[in-house]
Amino acid sequence: MKVLVPVKRVVDYNVKVRVRSDQTGVDIANVKMSMNPFDEIAVEEAVRLKERGVVSEIVAFSAGVQACQETLRTAMALGADRAILVETEVELQPLAVAKLLRALVAREQPALVILGKQAIDDDANQTGQMLAALADLPQATFASRLEVADGNAIVTREVDGGLETLRMQLPAVVTTDLRLNEPRYVTLPNIMKAKKKPLEQLKPADLGVDVTPRLRTLKVSEPPARSAGVKVPDVASLVERLKNDAKVI
Amino acid sequence: MSVLVIAEHEQGALKGSTLNTVAAARALAQEVHLLVVGHNCAEVAQAAAAVVGVRKVLHADAPHFAAQTAENLAAQVLSVARSYTHILAPATAFGKNLTPRIAAVLDVAQVSDIIEVLAPDTFVRPIYAGNAMATVQSADPIKVITVRTTGFDAAASSGGSACVEHLEAVADTGKSSFVGREVARSDRPELTAARVVISGGRGMGSAENFRILEPVADKLNAAMGASRAAVDAGYAPNDWQVGQTGKIVAPQLYVAVGISGAIQHLAGMKDSKVIVAINKDAEAPIFGVADYGLVADLFQAVPELHSALG
Repeated sequence: MKVLVPVKRVVDYNVKVRVRSDQTGVDIANVKMSMNPFDEIAVEEAVRLKERGVVSEIVAFSAGVQACQETLRTAMALGADRAILVETEVELQPLAVAKLLRALVAREQPALVILGKQAIDDDANQTGQMLAALADLPQATFASRLEVADGNAIVTREVDGGLETLRMQLPAVVTTDLRLNEPRYVTLPNIMKAKKKPLEQLKPADLGVDVTPRLRTLKVSEPPARSAGVKVPDVASLVERLKNDAKVI
Repeated sequence: MSVLVIAEHEQGALKGSTLNTVAAARALAQEVHLLVVGHNCAEVAQAAAAVVGVRKVLHADAPHFAAQTAENLAAQVLSVARSYTHILAPATAFGKNLTPRIAAVLDVAQVSDIIEVLAPDTFVRPIYAGNAMATVQSADPIKVITVRTTGFDAAASSGGSACVEHLEAVADTGKSSFVGREVARSDRPELTAARVVISGGRGMGSAENFRILEPVADKLNAAMGASRAAVDAGYAPNDWQVGQTGKIVAPQLYVAVGISGAIQHLAGMKDSKVIVAINKDAEAPIFGVADYGLVADLFQAVPELHSALG
């Protein structure tokens, strides 16, 4: 059984982004870029399925600039067997990525596509669901547990107020939540091995997909700042303030 | 222009998130319709008709809507979607799961998590965990949108008198089946709707220690929350998580205990009216957004706070 795992190159989780002074976007020149954390969880889950003998091949996918190759090498160092990069300089929005993935799903016929639930740059939380709709596949988003048996995926989802479990016939789309697993660290020998694994390069046109953005960003601005208040010396004065000044208790 | 709002409901009641979404819809157009899809949910449709600002309620009822799977709900929404200029749902686990399927089939972009409507095609939404605000414009004929509930004051839940129209239920897609649901039982208010929220962070030290917040939460009638660090460490359940990747809250009072104030946590609570931080590290970034900061050992301060609340 084959698994397709899309990964996105994003500004590293620990970087505090700065809005450009001309308000055209955030400054991502010379900042550390990494694999989107939720996608790392997706790769890890695929690798665990392979280690359990459920999965035979893991194909990593990314779309974007040439530098996304690094992200794909990381996915292969984590355990993906090969990688596909759809190279483009165009700003990719979730609908375009979902269309690229639909084309690849048709070509590769994976039993499972595991994606991060959202990317930490645009925070869109759309691609997995869009792919599922376009490829006419069942979906289970925000997964905290995934079991594959007898041609079915049984997925526990993190929903508001608790957990929900769905059973889906494969092929299916799963998006990961934080508690699905803790990704392993990449080891040096595996980084070396990943360099030798195959990485195929395509253009959007090769897949017959128009990736022109649909949304136009008119400006990007700083969020309204919240100023620091006062320090209180003890619990008694805190309660006094909350009662008499803020009047919230 | 006409706007379709997809109602989020549970156990025969409309959820508060629907009311915020109706408010966002009213910022777009006068003609707001509310779609209620479920099983045996006539009561919900009646409640929907009473929401101020709703002109018409569309009600589709069938057993295969009981589990509220995205596949079946999206199919029902798509049966009417092309009559509208905008389709809105709350940016909750329910809405996030559902709307991208609708947008993809309509071949339009989705605008996620809007906090402001500037024009019928122009919206403000946070990106990078709220570290930047993007103003985006959609050229698509139908705008599919999720609404950050804290960005819009709830529409009044009574006083309206919309008509209820019955919709033919679409067939079961049979794509996925529902196995079960474990709802966290709690007598406390729901996290995103609570007037007071008390959250713990990694500083709580253990799941057992986390429980010292409970008596305080009881006294304040507060919902309990947690930082991602505390959830990752297993101190608190994931559905308590407040932040970029968890829940976005904006209560009257937010009490952060043992939370350092990582960017991703601040993204989830900085719109609270009053923020209190209790942390022993005077340099913790949480103090940068707190109205009242108390530099103290939480294991002393929390019991003291409990007694002081009387």
